[in-house]
Amino acid sequence: MIDPVALFLLLLSASTPILFAALGELVVERAGVLNLGVEGMMIVGALSGFATAYYSGNAFLGFAVAALAGALVALPFAILTQFLMSNQVASGLALTLFGLGLAALFGKPVEGVKAPTMAAGPLGLNWIVWLGLAMVPAIWWFLNRSRPGLILRGVGENHDAAHALGYDVRRVRLAAIAFGGAMAGIGGAFISVATVLQWTEGMTAGAGWIALAIVVFSNWTAVGVLAGAWLFGGVTVLQLRLQAAGVRVPVQLLSMAPYLATIVVLVAISARQKFSRRSGSAAPGSLGQDFHALR
Amino acid sequence: MNRRHLIASVAAMTTISLALPVWAQDDPLKVGFIYVGPVSDGGWTYQHDQGRQAVEAEFGDRVETTYLESVPEGVDAERALTQLALAGNDVIYATSFGYMDAVINVAAKFPDIKFEHNTGYKLADNVGTYDGRFYEGRAVTGTIAGRMTKTNKIGYIATFPIPEVIQGINSAYIHAKKVNPDVEMRVVWAYTWFDPAKEADAANALMAEGVDVILQHTNSTAPLAQLQQQGKIGFGQASDMSSFAPSPRVSSVYNNWGAHYVKSVGRILDGTWKPEAVWGGIGDGIVAIGEITEAVPAEVKAEAEALRDKIAAGEYHPFTGPLNKADGSVWLADGQVASDKDLSGMNFFVEGITAELPQ
Repeated sequence: MIDPVALFLLLLSASTPILFAALGELVVERAGVLNLGVEGMMIVGALSGFATAYYSGNAFLGFAVAALAGALVALPFAILTQFLMSNQVASGLALTLFGLGLAALFGKPVEGVKAPTMAAGPLGLNWIVWLGLAMVPAIWWFLNRSRPGLILRGVGENHDAAHALGYDVRRVRLAAIAFGGAMAGIGGAFISVATVLQWTEGMTAGAGWIALAIVVFSNWTAVGVLAGAWLFGGVTVLQLRLQAAGVRVPVQLLSMAPYLATIVVLVAISARQKFSRRSGSAAPGSLGQDFHALR
Repeated sequence: MNRRHLIASVAAMTTISLALPVWAQDDPLKVGFIYVGPVSDGGWTYQHDQGRQAVEAEFGDRVETTYLESVPEGVDAERALTQLALAGNDVIYATSFGYMDAVINVAAKFPDIKFEHNTGYKLADNVGTYDGRFYEGRAVTGTIAGRMTKTNKIGYIATFPIPEVIQGINSAYIHAKKVNPDVEMRVVWAYTWFDPAKEADAANALMAEGVDVILQHTNSTAPLAQLQQQGKIGFGQASDMSSFAPSPRVSSVYNNWGAHYVKSVGRILDGTWKPEAVWGGIGDGIVAIGEITEAVPAEVKAEAEALRDKIAAGEYHPFTGPLNKADGSVWLADGQVASDKDLSGMNFFVEGITAELPQ
């Protein structure tokens, strides 16, 4: 029989990379910026975290450097979209391609070597798993209960109004993009430093795109992101676990489930918008729009 | 540059490059490779590139090799193959299944250039194929797995339900069962050749089920990393993965394409090359068994090596009857050996494997 507690522990580990990346992207999008470069920032984090952990022998230092590298590699995107007014979708895609190529290039010296093993935290789970879980209430509190969070949301909802009130729209967005990069970097490093213990080109294998889907699924809330990460991670773990137990399951159908759920949620949101007076989607009003201060 | 200039210059460049093979007549044999992944993938493409280097080491100045890496399967492959052909290569090795139609199309346009396609099944006047009998290696690792398991549960991380993978699962199970009649096989279909995070999840799912030895068909080291954390064992796949030796990686099945490339290039150089379908195993050197480490008891190691040598010598075929299919029907009678045709279309598990085989 499948032990639900053990399954849940597997789920917590499996969903950690996408949870970090999606929480970061949530903050970025709440500030009104659509950054499609999550995959690129994750892979840069995966490489820099791994290389640091390998050369220093300290895995935690690896995660710190991964966060820094993720934020740094997001900077060109921030400059392009916030100061040079380039298209956010195109710049984000470019960031993904750039990150993948950059990591492949600089990853050559650490191919084939192995990272130090990390000491496990409570319940045999990695400390980074716990950090990810702690980030959920922290980001919820920041967005909904703190003054800087209110400003960030204001910038995301209506950048012209925020500007008129005297807030520095670009600076807020720059900080949000850097934070998103740092979170994606940690998520990527979790794959290389805590899960695989080796560096391989393209090892994030599309996790960044799933993180983007989760933000939409969450309807732009921190708790929704956690639910989405658990759904995506959980379905993967569950179907593998069922197979291992010898239960005959339609693998393809289960693999499709999170994507179908995302579509269902999107439809539900827009239906609510259409048939009730409440506004349905919590998508930030200025999401993906360029901000150019006229006055 | 306006459109007319562009067309003119493209035409001029094409003429120049078309002339190249003529100049190249007395030069070293030019050998081109296209790879589906990066050379650094540590697995499939890495092993092909090791094979390319083996050709250079063997023939020195008589050959000149080039490669294009990370060429996606599909339309782009045709462009890359044409580029290699126009660059004056005398022989081109296409190292992924999905290049098959592109190879056939481009080969028809360049009848003087020889092509070899890896893992495909379409032949032409100037196109041969080559592939490995990986199930031979799985017989050896299956034997080790059957001897090493304490829980009598071994796991297999499978990729896609295609004949090559099904052969591997069957072969591993048959030989584990032979040395350990109580053994049970758990199969997880990952539906990917390379996705470290998912492979790690698959390994954890198997271990949660009590599996303590894992064979993998996927190409990353993630399952080995998870096995190490729980003190269990597994095998390298596609490449040797020796950085995880002596444990959890106790041995490996890896692809030694160099053995084929050296033979094939040699035949081209002495003019005896023919378009044929090569399906080589341990005996041909294409499938290699990585060093069996000290984590395996000496008598098990000796047993596995004896099996390896018997297969290499052609004295033993891993699919020798009596064998039944999973539905209980007879597949091979006592002493009967599976035909290549049977194997290349294998779509069933042998009796005793209870896992689901997606159709």
